[in-house]
Amino acid sequence: MTDPGPGRAALRRFATNRLAMGCLALLLLLGILAAVGPALLGHDQVQLDWEHVAAAPFAAPGHWLGTDRLGRDLLVRTLHGLRVSLAIALAATLVSLLLGVTWGAVAGYLRGRTDAVMMRIVDVLYALPQVFFVIIVTVALGRSPATLLVAIAAFGWLTTARIVRGQALVLREREFVAAAVVGGATTARIIARHIVPNLLGPVIVYATLLIPQVILVESFLSFLGIGIQQPLASLGNLIADGAAEMETAPWLLIVPGGCLVLLVFCCNFVGDGLRDALDPQDS
Amino acid sequence: MTALLLRRLLGAIPTLAAIIAIAFLMTRLAPGGPFDEEQALPAEIRANLEAAYGLDRPLPVQFGRYLAGLARGDFGPSFKFRDFTVTELIRGGLPVSLVLGGSALLVALLVGLPAGAWAALRRDRWPDRAIMAVAAAGIAVPVFVIAPLLVLGFGIRLGWLPVAGWESGRYRDLILPVVALALPVAAQLSRLCRGSLLEVLRAPWIRAARARGLPERRIVLAHALPAALVPVVSYLGPAIAALLSGSLVVETLFGLPGMGRYLVEGALNRDYTLVMGMVIVYAALMITLNLAADLACTWLDPRIRRGAR
Repeated sequence: MTDPGPGRAALRRFATNRLAMGCLALLLLLGILAAVGPALLGHDQVQLDWEHVAAAPFAAPGHWLGTDRLGRDLLVRTLHGLRVSLAIALAATLVSLLLGVTWGAVAGYLRGRTDAVMMRIVDVLYALPQVFFVIIVTVALGRSPATLLVAIAAFGWLTTARIVRGQALVLREREFVAAAVVGGATTARIIARHIVPNLLGPVIVYATLLIPQVILVESFLSFLGIGIQQPLASLGNLIADGAAEMETAPWLLIVPGGCLVLLVFCCNFVGDGLRDALDPQDS
Repeated sequence: MTALLLRRLLGAIPTLAAIIAIAFLMTRLAPGGPFDEEQALPAEIRANLEAAYGLDRPLPVQFGRYLAGLARGDFGPSFKFRDFTVTELIRGGLPVSLVLGGSALLVALLVGLPAGAWAALRRDRWPDRAIMAVAAAGIAVPVFVIAPLLVLGFGIRLGWLPVAGWESGRYRDLILPVVALALPVAAQLSRLCRGSLLEVLRAPWIRAARARGLPERRIVLAHALPAALVPVVSYLGPAIAALLSGSLVVETLFGLPGMGRYLVEGALNRDYTLVMGMVIVYAALMITLNLAADLACTWLDPRIRRGAR
C-alpha cells in the first residue's frame, strides 16, 4: 500500500475490461435493488394478497413479476432473497478472510514448528468433504442463518490461509521486514503493519471468487431445506418453491433462478477481471 | 508407483479417522435430539428410548461402540426410518448413487473434453466462441436451477422424458438426472481442456513435432492431447466433489432412492446416525476417488511416471 503505482495501473487495466466493468455495474445495481427495492415497492415479503394468487408476471396490478401460491409478491420476495444471500455471502467471506489472513500470516511469518502445526490443521480440514460437513454443522447447531454463516465460514478460510502463508513466507525475507525487526517492532506489529498490507492483492482476488462460491453453497442448502427457513426468503428456498410448482407457475422458478445465475455470473466475471488486472503477465 | 500408492493409502487413514471423530462429536454435542417432537415425550419413555439406543452412556463409550460397529460394517439404527438400519439404507442407496454419479462423470468427460479440444483448435472462431459462451453459462447455472428447468422443458412441456421415478433397468429415467448433474462439470472440463491444450500447443516440443513434418492430426491426438490432460485430470478431484454434492439435489428432485436423498431426509429430521453414516461413506468415496485421480495424473505425466521409484 506504500506504492500507489502498481495498484493504480491495475485499476486502470480493470477499467478497460468492458465485460468486468459491466458486470460490476450490474452487481452494484442488484445490491442497491436488494437494499432499497422492497421498501420502495410497498409490499411486505410475507404479506398475502388473496385477490391475486399465483398471478403471472404483469397480470395483477401492483405485482410486476406476479405472485406465488399464497399471493405473496414475487419481486419483493426475490429481492429479499437476494438480500439474504448477499448478506450471508459477504459476512461469511469477511469472517473467512479475517481468520484466513491472520492464520496464514502468523504461520508464514513464524515458520518452524508453529507453521507446521497450523498448516497441518488446515490440511486435515481441507481433506474433509466440505458440503457434507456444512450439513453436519447445520444438523448439530440447528437451522438458522447464523449457523449457516458459521458452517460456511468454517471452511472458507482454508484456501485464504494457504494463499496468505505462501505470500508471508516470501515477504518475511524482504528488507523492510528486516528494517522493522532492527527498529524493535514487535512480532504482532510486524505481521499487522508490514506483512498483511502487502499481501492483500491476491487476497482481494480470491475474495471475489469466494463470494459466488458462498452464494452457491448457501442457496444449495436452502434449496434442500437445510439452510434459510420459510417464511424468510432466500434465493435457494424460492427456487425450491418454484421447482415444486413449475408445472402451473413456471415464473416462480425462472425469476429467482435467473436472479441467482445473474449474480454468480457477474461475480465470476468481476473476479476474472480483477485477476487479469492484478496479474497482467498471465493474460 | 507401488510405493506411491501405499504411501497415499496410508495417508488417507488419518483423514478418515478425523472425519469419523469430527462427525461423531459434532452430532453428539448438539443440543436437541432425534426424539424432539412437537409434543414432548414423557420422561420415562424418553429414558427408555435413549437406553435402547445407548444414548444414555458416557460419550467415550458411545464412540467406542460406534467404532466397533463400523469395523463390523454396522452403522447403527436409523431414527427416522425406524424399520431400517443405516447399513441397509446405504446398501440400498449406494448402487443408485454410483450409477448416477458414474454415468454423469462419463457424460461430462465425453462432452467436455472434445468440446474443449475443438474450441482450442478453432481458437477465436465461432466454434470457440459458442462453446465458451455455453461453458460460462454452465458454470454459473447451479445444478438446482438447471435440473428443474430441464424437467420443465423436456419432462413437462415436451413430455419426452419421465419427470421423476426410478425403476432399475429403465435408462430413460436416468437421462434427465444424469444430464443435469453432468452439465456444470462438462462446462468446467471444457474450459480447462481448452486452456491447457492452447498452452501445450505453444510448447517447443510441439514445434519440433511440426518441424519433423508430422500430420497435424497426429500432433494433436498423439502429442498434445495427452500432455494437455494433466491439469484436466487433476480437476477430477473437485469434479467428483461437485458430482457428489450435486447428487443430493438431483436425487431429491427426481425422487431417486440414492444415498443423497437419505442424507437430506436425515439432516431435515436430525437423524444423527443416518447423517453420520452417509457422510462417512461419502467421505470415504471422495478420498478413494481423489486417490485414483491423483494416480491417474501421475501416470499421465511421463516425467513423473519414469522418475517414480
